[in-house]
Amino acid sequence: MRSNLPWFSKNAIIISAIALSVGALAACTSSSSSSTSTPTSASPKSSGSAASSAPINIGASLSLHGDFSADGANFEQGYKLWAADVNAHGGINGRQVKLTILDDNSDPNQAVTNYTTLINTDHVDLTFGPFSSKLTTPASAVAARAGYAFIEGAGGAPTVFNTPSNQSAHNVFDVSLPIADEMVPFVNYIASLPASQRPKTAAYPMADDPFADPPVQLAQQKLSALGVKTVYSKVFPAESTQYTTQAGLVAAQHPDLVVLGSTDVPTVQAFIKAFAQQHYTPKMFIAAAGPDQGAAFTKAVGAGNATGMMVPNGWYPSVAIPASQAMVAEYVKQYGGTPSAVGADVAEAYSVGEVAAQAITATGGVDNAKIIAWLHSGQTLNTVQGTVKFDSLGQNGNADAFIFQWQDNGKNFVQVLPQGAAGTVAILATKPAWSS
Amino acid sequence: MTQEITRAIIDGILVGGVYALMAVGLTLIFGVLDIINIAQGVLVILGAYLSYSLSTKAHIDLFVGLLITVPAMFVIGVVIHWAFIRRLRGTERTSMTLLVTYAVALIIEGILYKVYGADNVSLNASYTTSSLHVFGFYLPWIFIYGFILAVVLVLAIYALLYRTRFGRSVRATMQDETAARLVGIDVNRVAALTFGIGVAVTAVGGMLYGATNSFNPNSGYDLISRLLAIIILGGLGSVGGALAAAVFMITLESVVTIWQPTWAVAVFYAALVLVLLIRPTGFFGRKAVRAQ
Repeated sequence: MRSNLPWFSKNAIIISAIALSVGALAACTSSSSSSTSTPTSASPKSSGSAASSAPINIGASLSLHGDFSADGANFEQGYKLWAADVNAHGGINGRQVKLTILDDNSDPNQAVTNYTTLINTDHVDLTFGPFSSKLTTPASAVAARAGYAFIEGAGGAPTVFNTPSNQSAHNVFDVSLPIADEMVPFVNYIASLPASQRPKTAAYPMADDPFADPPVQLAQQKLSALGVKTVYSKVFPAESTQYTTQAGLVAAQHPDLVVLGSTDVPTVQAFIKAFAQQHYTPKMFIAAAGPDQGAAFTKAVGAGNATGMMVPNGWYPSVAIPASQAMVAEYVKQYGGTPSAVGADVAEAYSVGEVAAQAITATGGVDNAKIIAWLHSGQTLNTVQGTVKFDSLGQNGNADAFIFQWQDNGKNFVQVLPQGAAGTVAILATKPAWSS
Repeated sequence: MTQEITRAIIDGILVGGVYALMAVGLTLIFGVLDIINIAQGVLVILGAYLSYSLSTKAHIDLFVGLLITVPAMFVIGVVIHWAFIRRLRGTERTSMTLLVTYAVALIIEGILYKVYGADNVSLNASYTTSSLHVFGFYLPWIFIYGFILAVVLVLAIYALLYRTRFGRSVRATMQDETAARLVGIDVNRVAALTFGIGVAVTAVGGMLYGATNSFNPNSGYDLISRLLAIIILGGLGSVGGALAAAVFMITLESVVTIWQPTWAVAVFYAALVLVLLIRPTGFFGRKAVRAQ
């Protein structure tokens, strides 16, 4: 049938389809995704005896482009820094380490494809995790089906550990802090304050993300129980490109405390800028992620605006762990900058390598079944983030939650909570006004 | 609630101005060349980075810097047209330009990653965080300036199209390229200049985007689907339509955000579908634009 659509309409339909497809694709890649059915036929490497001198090939997919590219780049630096250090010291069991890193463009589906390629085509000996819980969840299922251990440093959401594949294969090992409880030290701090000094009201804007929401929701629940009134609590799309309205709605309520469920630096920066435009400075501002990204954060928001910003994490550059200090010095030597500018992603990635190295050394090779069993055997491992001990689902039960804060006009990123813990300095209790 | 809705509408209008500035170049290029410029989002980010370099390295004010970035982006646009677009001919030209401009986007993105790295940056000046206090609302100066610039630029482009000899050539090319050739119009020159102007205007949108959001080389991909939706709703080729559609879409999104932020993006695209069902040519359809 001959179409009677005018010329414009035909083109409008084509371009509409493109716009909607691109939009839908963006939405899909930004939302939680279950793994696609990707059959794997490879068996994990079980050779790799101590006698072998072939390099240990470790595969990882990282977000070198896309929404998480800044974090992905930091993770790549962390993996490479660890590999270089190991190789400079003679390798593991006399074997050099070779990294095969593929770019997933921050797309969970591409991460699944990449790990399938790494396992089935590249036949890597081990797999290291990608960046973010969103990608780790489906990617770890690929590794589980192939019998690979999946040691990772940036997948701490409950959704990562509770997948059927992990509950069956127990192959996920997160060397970092599980995120659900990461704001508990902050809540405890509020609880420790005299009632007259506690924030009266709080706002909880959250990105629609498995990483961002759980700690904020738990904090809201606990703070509400303490009598802190919730004046705003809404989830916004993680793929949003403008936050003016959300931030304006929060600012209009003038809450004493803002607990932002952010996944990255741009989200925090957008809220900061919008708050400044609305002449509103919360007395306390804590974000789930973003302020932990060192220079990447201060560069985006300005050092002055960083002051007083808090973020939960398990590591900071000046932590009193000798291996961490050596890593930071090595990082600065190799990539430049200052120690306080080293992002937590670097330490998380480096820790993944450290855990893998200890497992390979202990098991005498790269037999993934042995490595999985050994990592679940109750060993306490050492990393630049502190000690690691995995529970049955691969969560790091030894990880301590700390709250960090930018102080001294954005020059220093320091541990401020829990109070009395080693390395804790005095918290800046009231956030200074935004600088222009 | 009334105050919240009023605030959302004000936000929508002001932020819509910024989106209009990013979309105007896209609709202009499509109107004249039938090119769906997938690289538009990345070009916005390129414009933002040029402003960033001038601001941080040479300490040039963001708006003064436009005197440099706009001509620079014009040259970049002409070069892109000369190198990649002008060779495309035949019935598959429109669809081929999708691939070619996507390749251009990848090239520019790669260069930006090499030069600036993956870290997010933003454009800062005193007016990016200061506001005008009116009737209990704080209106950010950067959005006010952006909206004024959007209106001025739309009027300027309108004047260029309807009050100049070059504009007549452009409109003749829009209406019928073959006929335009027959009456002596250098269609290739018109196309190159139009592409250059479309990209040059994007420098303004890029600066304003960078002054209101942090960005990295990848940020353009989050924009392109919205910009395409805006120019379709406004009417392909209609510069004024891009402004009207941007304000309409962003205002709608802002208002929905009050109740349910997670629906805001879906409503943005649902509005596009609904309007096209009722009015397939958008607010100011191209037929009407060409007939003017």
